[in-house]
Amino acid sequence: MNKQQSFPFISRRGVVLGAVPALSATAVALLAGRPAWAAKRETSHDAARDASVLNTALALEHEGINAYTLGAQSNLLQKPVLTVAIKFQDDHKAHRDRLIAAIRRLGGTPVEEKSLGEYAQALEVGKLKSQADVLDFAMGLERGAVNAYLGIIPSFADRGLAKLAGQLAADESGHFIVLTQALGRPLPAPMSFGV
Amino acid sequence: MKSGLSRSVGALCATLFITTVHGTAVVAGDSARGKALYESRCTACHSLDHSRIGPAHRGVFGRHVAQVGGFDYSLALKRSSVIWTAQSLDRWLANPEAFIPGQRMGYSVPDPKERADIIAFLASPAAR
Repeated sequence: MNKQQSFPFISRRGVVLGAVPALSATAVALLAGRPAWAAKRETSHDAARDASVLNTALALEHEGINAYTLGAQSNLLQKPVLTVAIKFQDDHKAHRDRLIAAIRRLGGTPVEEKSLGEYAQALEVGKLKSQADVLDFAMGLERGAVNAYLGIIPSFADRGLAKLAGQLAADESGHFIVLTQALGRPLPAPMSFGV
Repeated sequence: MKSGLSRSVGALCATLFITTVHGTAVVAGDSARGKALYESRCTACHSLDHSRIGPAHRGVFGRHVAQVGGFDYSLALKRSSVIWTAQSLDRWLANPEAFIPGQRMGYSVPDPKERADIIAFLASPAAR
């Protein structure tokens, strides 16, 4: 073998050997002719990733449920508003249950709720002094939830879960609109969520 | 003339500009715009002073990852040695999972200018 011939050989070998550490187990399985194993592993990775994103959403729902409890316990909400707040809290509980079921179906472990006191401290509810304050606070959380759900949609490998996130965003959007109207605020401009 | 100059200096002082690098392009961030973006995009899960769904952000710029006491970080972040600079925050916000695989944030900010604005806010005195 002359020098000119050896270079391509060394080069190819070097490329292959150098590339091995960078290859994922899935890629190695594909190169080894085990596409079914690779597909299964990739699916498992996607499921774990989707469950992780859903757990973030679940943590958000836990916070929302507790925020409405704190609002209801504040004695700042009058009867008609309190009834609506409890309805919204029930919606968040339904979201929580859907998310827990989806996480478990993916083989994940649902994140647990914190104590009411921890939520009260993190959300600084001690600053709320009137019904309008509580409504404004709830409106901010609902707007944040809409944006969060819209923001995580592209993260899902499973398009069914992306649809679920869209459904949850639609519910939160409904809550947000009701709260804006209760506060006498203008309706949102078109395409104002997720930006 | 003098008052115009003062206004200009005041405007410069009021707005911290920071640049982030995206390939060969350099994007300047506007902290005032970043504050508004932070409030609309990030506060569902984060706040400056309290850990919620995600960790508190005050002082994040310039420190190592996973340093907020009491927050339950992912193993991926606990093992990371990344320091939050303009460049690392830009990569994180663009695609957290690509930057630190195994982390938990499912949210990203695709627009480079918006990322630069948010980073400028996080680096500003208001968030330090």
